[in-house]
Amino acid sequence: MQRSNTYIILFSIALTVVLGGLLSLASVGLKPAQQKQIELDTKKKILGAVMDISSYEDPNALLALYDEKVESIVVDIEGNLVETDEKGNPIVAEKVNIQKNYRFDPEERVYPVYKFKGEGGKVDAYIFPMFGAGLWDWISGYLALDKDLNTIRGVAFDHKQETPGLGARITTDVIQGRYVGKEIFNDQNELVSVSMVKGEGNPGLTEHQVDGMSGATLTGKGVNEMFENYLGAYLAYINKVKSDNKLALK
Amino acid sequence: MSTEAAEATEVQKAPAEPLLSKRRRKIMSDPLNEDNPITVQVLGICSALAITIKMEPTLVMSIAVIAVIVFANLIISLLRNLIPGRVRIIVQLAVIATLVTLVSEILKAYYFDMYKVLGAFVGLIITNCIVMGRLEAFAMGNKPYDSILDGLGSGFGYAWIILVVAFFRELFGSGSIFDFKVFAALGWENFPTNGLMVDSIGAFMVLGILIWVQRSKTGYVEH
Repeated sequence: MQRSNTYIILFSIALTVVLGGLLSLASVGLKPAQQKQIELDTKKKILGAVMDISSYEDPNALLALYDEKVESIVVDIEGNLVETDEKGNPIVAEKVNIQKNYRFDPEERVYPVYKFKGEGGKVDAYIFPMFGAGLWDWISGYLALDKDLNTIRGVAFDHKQETPGLGARITTDVIQGRYVGKEIFNDQNELVSVSMVKGEGNPGLTEHQVDGMSGATLTGKGVNEMFENYLGAYLAYINKVKSDNKLALK
Repeated sequence: MSTEAAEATEVQKAPAEPLLSKRRRKIMSDPLNEDNPITVQVLGICSALAITIKMEPTLVMSIAVIAVIVFANLIISLLRNLIPGRVRIIVQLAVIATLVTLVSEILKAYYFDMYKVLGAFVGLIITNCIVMGRLEAFAMGNKPYDSILDGLGSGFGYAWIILVVAFFRELFGSGSIFDFKVFAALGWENFPTNGLMVDSIGAFMVLGILIWVQRSKTGYVEH
């Protein structure tokens, strides 16, 4: 059946309004639940980089543990504490959007640091969020360093759409476990970062190398670049904490 | 709802057709086997390969596809006399896209872990030819209730195939079913998992074997 152009245009407008309205309603209505999920996910990843959290099924218990164990600050590339954003509002580390920050020049970004407190409230590990490009889209990660700020305690990676079974393996315990115990500084105290090598099952890896993922060399490269970029950016802060610790020891 | 309204008018016109008459049962059962969207029509292969590594995401994906296809069929069938023929494909696409976005938003709000696993593939239901194929081939010319049955049939036809593929891929690729370590539970701790099954190539193979088995049973030949 042929219809007039007016009918078609009116029909399209009506359809667009109805469907658009429906989607906006859903988006607004589901936003609080989604934000809570994202917050929980962030905190899970931060804790997951230093400890095994698989025994915490209840989200509220996890959030309580986070509040008890983690203290967060925000620093700039020079390692100085940042307390307010450009509008003068207090800045909260958990709310800092690493992805948004990634678009700025490294000098203009703010860098959250999460301090994981062990027994007696002493800092036991430092957790640094990172962000970079994988093969298809972004990848991100949390790197936990022991209190010597050299040995890797653990990592937790995330990605948007690396290939399942290949690059997406960076989120598995097997791959993340390979980073544990590796070191980011060499004996001369120079930052060398940690890099994933090409191929899988490589013999004779140094303390700065981890075994790669077969079929996902480019994702591995993305992870390496992310480490280099962000460890470089956190270097000033790391050195500052190290010298503070030395002073405290004297 | 509106399906009942459609039923009522139908009753007035002709002697009432049973709710699950032979014709309607055929609408439902055809896509499960003889006219299966994946194995016979060979549609929706992309997602069938991508998300069948494990059972759980596959199940969520199946439910999402069934929901989208049933509701899209219903909506298009209700609007079928209003939709201008010249823009019908765009209208169908808009309806599908809206439903898929809703599913994706709901997953994000209440099932975040699964949302992360499925990621782009929920959004890609929009481009799943099965959904659009059913709208164009069936819902545009049939009553709402029949369209719902057709949607259920095609949805389940898609679902059972990808669930079977996922069953074998997870069993041999990860040695588990729904993340339950089957072989470890049977006392075979170091079951050698097959890396091929985790890869999409494994899905092609399982799917190929399925199609072979099915076609040798139904006697279907490509024309």
